[in-house]
Amino acid sequence: MDNGATTPTAPEVLEVMKPYFTDVFGNASSFHSFGREARNAITEARDSVAKLIGADDSREIVFTSGGTEADNYAIKGVAEALEKKGKHIITSSIEHHAVLHTCQYLEKKKGFEVTYLPVDEDGMVNPADVKDAIKEDTILITIMMANNEVGTIQPIAEIGEIAKEAGVTFHTDAVQAVGSIPVDVNQLNVDLLSLSGHKFNAPKGIGALYIRKGTKVAKYLHGGAQERNRRATTENVPGIVGLGKACEIALNAMDEKSAKLIALRDRLISGIEEQVDYVKLNGHRTERLPGNVNFSIRYIEGESILMKLDLEGIAASSGSACTSGSLDPSHVLLAMGLTHEVAHGSLRLTLGNYNTEEDVDRILDVLPKVVTDLRAMSPIYNG
Amino acid sequence: MYSDKVMEHFQNPRNVGEIPDANGVGTVGNAKCGDIMKMFIKVEDNIITDVKFKTFGCGAAIATSSMATELAVGKTVEEALELTNKAVAEALDGLPPAKMHCSNLAADALKKAINNYLGIETDDSDEVHHHHHEHDEF
Repeated sequence: MDNGATTPTAPEVLEVMKPYFTDVFGNASSFHSFGREARNAITEARDSVAKLIGADDSREIVFTSGGTEADNYAIKGVAEALEKKGKHIITSSIEHHAVLHTCQYLEKKKGFEVTYLPVDEDGMVNPADVKDAIKEDTILITIMMANNEVGTIQPIAEIGEIAKEAGVTFHTDAVQAVGSIPVDVNQLNVDLLSLSGHKFNAPKGIGALYIRKGTKVAKYLHGGAQERNRRATTENVPGIVGLGKACEIALNAMDEKSAKLIALRDRLISGIEEQVDYVKLNGHRTERLPGNVNFSIRYIEGESILMKLDLEGIAASSGSACTSGSLDPSHVLLAMGLTHEVAHGSLRLTLGNYNTEEDVDRILDVLPKVVTDLRAMSPIYNG
Repeated sequence: MYSDKVMEHFQNPRNVGEIPDANGVGTVGNAKCGDIMKMFIKVEDNIITDVKFKTFGCGAAIATSSMATELAVGKTVEEALELTNKAVAEALDGLPPAKMHCSNLAADALKKAINNYLGIETDDSDEVHHHHHEHDEF
């Protein structure tokens, strides 16, 4: 139940990838027919990606090594392209580290000014705050579409409208959203969008950055002229083909899979609320990713919960400091106003396309006892 | 990541509980850090005859608490005062570097309990509790 971290590659995706390792192994930039075959496969995949996110032109899709690279490319690329115009960036305090650390890098090393907008207790950004933060020298707004930890889906279309009116480039890290909920770059009013394959049953190591025609973004991989001169490096044809297939599958089955996941998720949420005392759901109740469940469980600590679940063959994640390897718990939970203690006791369960009712039954069977055992050991639980 | 010994102590922690008529109680850590350890000791004729612990913390925190109590039982007060965090970690066949700070509390908690018994320190666990109630949300 850790699909938020990564998902298995779908069998159909793996199947379409296979020929591109051995038979159709040509370099897509080569003139000959072997290269052209690879090139055609890439074009087809690009169309599939564009279709999934509603891009007008598939040439607006640039393949990358994943979501982190797409975020880096978008943010650093706009910063470099527009720095003569201004050096102010607006983002939120709950972004993924791929966005946060890139912004911090621009602050520390390139003299940019970054505004990190607060969120409310559900982890929601307020579009009015975005509007208020825009200045003369603002060149980029970057707000994630859906938060990876607590699942809250942000009002991107509204923020995009504000950005458009102000003439500011707008990027969204949609890594957790694409493949899971409907995404339409025009409806969302975004100029740039990041997506990652391994979050929706494509392999790891492949993603894409959508760049709306006319958007100024500097490139950072210099070399050959691949990706229409935007990202040098020999294309990862198998990965690209796999991503295309995953996009196709996601588009076709979106409504059905989404409904199924939401039902499982909601049963899991009410089940935990009913069977375990002193728990609190983190994140917005309804504006939420279909598979995301995140609870603060009082009086016990996250890593020990994960260890006990792991011993039962159940994978999950947590926002505790011990699981993040730092001294502070999740920056997302803290930004939402949770105290350290409560944030340390958080548990994230993320359902995916292959989870079943039985999986939910199992968790509801195992978790209450895990909590009871750990509370029996806790000096702050008074029974 | 964790050694077999750590996993053993995590799954079957020794001496979990409280001693109502303890001779010494010591609490270290705080909820902000994500680690709280509370140790209770019973001392008779200068020997630690019983030790119990309660811990809020990660796998390393629980395992080191358990090991610390196991190492303390049967020792004289002086011997127990010499127990180090390093010794506890070694008894567990080592801990990952990132986890060493979690484990630092175990021997410290024991030391505090002994000092409490010796009349040198008061148990401030009530203060720890007080802060929690201020922030109680649910």
